[in-house]
Order: sequence, then structure tokens, then C-alpha cells
Amino acid sequence: METVIYTKKLTKRFGNFIAANELSFEVSKGEIFGFLGANGAGKTTAMRMLCGLLMPSSGEANVAGFDVYTETEKIKQNIGYMSQKFSLYEDLTVAENIRFYAGIYGLSFAEIKMKTDELLTKLDMRSEAKKLVSQLPLGWKQKLAFSVSLVHDPKIVFLDEPTGGVDPVTRRQFWDLIYYAAGKGVTVFVTTHYMDEAEYCDRVSIMVDGVISALDSPGNLKKQMNAPDMEDVFYQLARKAKRSE
Amino acid sequence: MIRSFYFILEKEFKQMMRSKGLVRMLIMMPVIQLLILPMAANYSIKNISLAVVDNDHSEYSRTMIHKITSSGYFKLTSFCKNSKDAFNEIENDRADLILEIPHDFEKNLVRENSQKLSVQINAIEGVKAGLSGGYLANIIADFNSDIKTHWIQSQGPDEAAIVSVAPINWYNRYMNYYLFIIPGILVTLITGIGMLQTSFNMVKEKEIGTIEQINVTPVKKQAFILGKMVPYFVLSALVFVIGQIVSYLFYNIHSAGSYLTVFVGMCAFLFSLQGFGLLLSTYAESQQQAMSLGFFFMNILNMMSGLYTSIDSMPMWAKVMTGSFPLSHFIRVMRMVMLKGSSISEVGDHLLIMVGLGIVFNTWAVLHYHKRS
Ligand SMILES: Nc1ncnc2c1ncn2[C@@H]1O[C@H](COP(=O)(O)OP(=O)(O)OP(=O)(O)O)[C@@H](O)[C@H]1O
Ligand SMILES: [Mg+2]
Repeated sequence: METVIYTKKLTKRFGNFIAANELSFEVSKGEIFGFLGANGAGKTTAMRMLCGLLMPSSGEANVAGFDVYTETEKIKQNIGYMSQKFSLYEDLTVAENIRFYAGIYGLSFAEIKMKTDELLTKLDMRSEAKKLVSQLPLGWKQKLAFSVSLVHDPKIVFLDEPTGGVDPVTRRQFWDLIYYAAGKGVTVFVTTHYMDEAEYCDRVSIMVDGVISALDSPGNLKKQMNAPDMEDVFYQLARKAKRSE
Repeated sequence: MIRSFYFILEKEFKQMMRSKGLVRMLIMMPVIQLLILPMAANYSIKNISLAVVDNDHSEYSRTMIHKITSSGYFKLTSFCKNSKDAFNEIENDRADLILEIPHDFEKNLVRENSQKLSVQINAIEGVKAGLSGGYLANIIADFNSDIKTHWIQSQGPDEAAIVSVAPINWYNRYMNYYLFIIPGILVTLITGIGMLQTSFNMVKEKEIGTIEQINVTPVKKQAFILGKMVPYFVLSALVFVIGQIVSYLFYNIHSAGSYLTVFVGMCAFLFSLQGFGLLLSTYAESQQQAMSLGFFFMNILNMMSGLYTSIDSMPMWAKVMTGSFPLSHFIRVMRMVMLKGSSISEVGDHLLIMVGLGIVFNTWAVLHYHKRS
């Protein structure tokens, strides 16, 4: 299996505080990698280092074959990112958002048109194309943001709590989109607080106080910890946390 | 680079056109500021009460007093025997201004070709005091440019600081109040848009978080920053042009020099001003912070821009401070070109300084903007 994300002892300090402590893991191409942890565990910090938004304090990391210290602009050509904050422009329409992001990633006008059509059809949002994004319900916004983060066909997509606050039905639809992308070879790196979603991942890592305290497939984790479901696995690990947000 | 810049520009223009304050900024502000403000201010300025202490009683002094009163701005409310009486007039709010003509005024003027006059201003109403003092200086300078005026603030003749003031609006010979105030209002107006709006627009992306999404794309930060500048440059220029039209239609103010030169000056001004706004935005984390920072700088710099006070009479440190900000240079350019008819080469120094400042501010802003924290 081809490795697309590789980290070794990747660390981020804010002053004396260690937000992410010596993270070492690998993610393979096409994998859905769940990145779990309680509030303040360090998930966003780790993800931002991998995306070239945050300078690591120490350690190594490679994303899509490029070094996070020296080749961030090349990494950016190859990844999509959906930040924990909402990332589309509320004062632009659905179609305008797609056009903008596709445009700045360098797609041609013909490609932009094709992508827009394809995306609106897939999301069943044709009639919303000219609506301002601010008028959409949250679940639709998140599905749109996800599709937009894939508009330049990246190798890897980073999703930071993409389904926070979204209703269960829409969350299922969202995961259908994730599966569809993974099926086409896109690697998905996703954080979530919903344990049913953790079950959908190929492998999950569980972070506690800046450290990865478990990393395996959901099935193996449940077996090792003698737990009926991921909820219980998470609870057994996370209650050891000393940090509180 | 160019392609992504095109899409950034397209987005910025769309967002600007949709912003709620746009019409207000484009139409209401120039109209209100240019039409209502000067009229309200002008009313009080037209009725300045003057007390005169004439110790000379000469032909010269009478001519000068006549010249002052016939200007239409001053009402001669009292002739006093001495400065103490005159000071009483100010104390009792019957005079805004005292002009004291010394003994031997005529003699010294004729013999030594110079004489000193004393002017005391009731400084309670700051703007009125400043303007009326400016007018008086202007008329006196017009009367005889060799007369040196001495200004004494109203605290009383003894402990008062003596400031020698160069006539601030000597080129505004006909005492046109509008000519004095309108170009200033115009400059202030586009300072607000060029500096504050540019910086708010940038900080807004930080606040809502979309800047992260931009930073994670391969877009060059220069392209992003330039994309933030252009729309508000266009908007400021438009407001400026509308303002010029309004002042032509309503006050019959037209430029003695070339409008092209005025426009070139405006471009240089906006370039440096927007650079400063962007610089502020790279330091501010929220719109609130940007607003405080912006107003802080705008107020100080407005006060020191030469609009209300003469730069020539400022202490050295203040001159340096004013000179390192574009506002005073653009006001100079406006006054020189519009009132005196100066050519582009005559205002070249100011243009170069503004462009230079613009390069410094913009480079600083780009260097201080990090896609990765
Ligand atoms: N710029 C910063 N300066 C100082 N501390 C920071 C900074 N960014 C994050 N932290 C701290 O690092 C810790 C980890 O934050 P992070 O955002 O990575 O957590 P998270 O796992 O994403 O949490 P959540 O589930 O709430 O999103 C937190 O305690 C946070 O306060
Ligand atoms: Mg987070």
C-alpha cells in the first residue's frame, strides 16, 4: 500500500504547553482515517500542521510525498481541507463559491463549468445554485463545503469535524459522499466526536492530551479493549485525560 | 498567479457590490459630508466678533481694520482703549477675537518694513477659533505680507504662549471658506474608505475563518492582498470623483490646475493609504481591533494632516510624524494643484513620497502576512 501521510514524532508546542506530542503514524492511499479525541486533545493542531497552516515545533511529516517544513505550497496543490470553522463565503451563491475555489486552484473555465454541473447534480442542489450560501441549512452547507474541498481532485482531503451539529439523516448522506470519494482513491483524514461515525472508518487513532493512545481498526480496538462498541473504547481511553477545555 | 488573481478580484467585487453599506458610502456620505457639514459650520464662522485695540490711530491701522471688517467674516463689536478692556470682552463672550495694534505701527512699518501684531483668540470653540484665526492671518498677510503676526491664546496676555504662525491659506486669496474646507472634507472621506474599509475587509476573513481556507490553497499571498486592495481603490476613486462633481455643482469649486494631476495624486495617496490599512489588518485579529486601531490612527493623523493647523508651525517631531504619513502630502497636492494650479512636476516631491510610503507599507504588510502561523 502506498503511504500518503507519514509522521514521526511530530510535535507542536505553544510556549510550555504541548498541544501535540510526538505523533507518529502512517495513512495509506484511499484509506478513511478517523482522528478522534476529546475537546482540546490536539486534533485540529495536528491537522493544521499537516496542511501547512501551522509550523511544527519538531518531528517529521510528509504529506502526498512532500515535506511539511519545506514544500508546503506543493502539499497545498494536492490536498483539500475543510476547517472546523465554516469555510465557504456566505455572501456568495452556491455556484459562485464553486467557481471561486475551482478558479483559484487553477481549473480552466470549461473545467469549472463541468465541475459545477457535476457537483450540483451529485448534491441534488441544481435549484439552489443561485441561492446565497447563507440561506442554506447547515447540513447542506457542510455537504457543499466538502464537495468544494474536492473540486481540484486532491489526493488527500482533511475534514475537521465536518458533521458537527448536523442531523443524523444528513450525517448519513455526508458519509455516503465520503465513501464515494474514498472509492475513487481519495484518502480521507477526518475528525469527529460521533462514535457511530468512528465505526465507519477503516482505522482510527484516539488522541488523549496531545498523545496518540490507540491506533487500529475499530474492530481490533473493540476486541483489544473488550468493548461492545467504539463509544466504550473511546470512553475507556478518554476518561484518563487530565486536560479539560 | 494571474488566473487565480482574476478569480480573487471577481469574488471581491461581487462581495463589495453586495455589502449593505455600499450605497451609503458611495452616495450618502459624500452628499451629507459635502453639503450639510460646510453649511452648518459656515454659519458660525461668518459671524466672528472682533474687538480691536488700536494704539496707533494711524492711516495704516484704519485701512487694515477696514479691510478686515469688509471681508464679510468679522463683525467689529467693540473698540477698546486697552488690552485689559478687550480681554473683558472675551471673558464675557462678547468677542471671539482681539486684534491689538501697537504704538508706532505705521512708523515701524514704513521705516523698518516690519511690525508685530498681537491677536488673541477665544479658543473655547476650537474649530471656529482655528478658522477665524486663519482668516485674520490671511487678511493681514494680504494687507502687507511683511507684517509678522503674533498669536496669543486666550489664557491672558501674560503667561500666554507666543506662537508665530505662517499664514495657512495665503493662496486662498478671496477668503472662500468652501475652498478652505471642501478639499479637506474630500480627503477625509476617501481616507475613511481607503484605509478603514480595506482593512476591515481583510480582517473580516480572519474573523469568519475563510482566510484559513485561502491559506490552504496554493494562492500567492501577494495575489490575495492585491485582490483586497483593488475594489476599495475603485470605490474610493469613485467617491472622490463624485465629491469633485458635488463641489463643482454646489460650490463652484474647480481646479486651477489639471484634474489629471489631482487624480494622479489621488492614486498615489490611495496606494500608500491602503497599504497602511492592510498593514493594520495583518496585526488585528478582529474587526473590533481593526476599528480601534484604524480610528486611533485616523484621528491623530487627521488632526496633524495640515487640515486644521499649519504644518509649518509644528515642532520638528510632529513634522516628521506627519510627513511619514500620506495624508498631509495629498492635502498639499490638492491645495497646490486645485488652488494654485501647480503642475505635476511642482508636486512631484509629494507624489514620490506617497509612492515611497506605499511601497514601504505594502511590502511590510505582505511580509507580515503569513500563510502559515
Ligand atoms: N495558537 C494557540 N496558542 C496556544 N494554545 C493553543 C493554540 N491553538 C490551540 N491551542 C491549545 O492546544 C490544545 C489543542 O487544541 P486543538 O484545537 O488542537 O484541539 P482539538 O482536539 O481540535 O479540540 P476540539 O475538539 O475542541 O476542536 C487546546 O488546549 C488549545 O487551547
Ligand atoms: Mg478542533
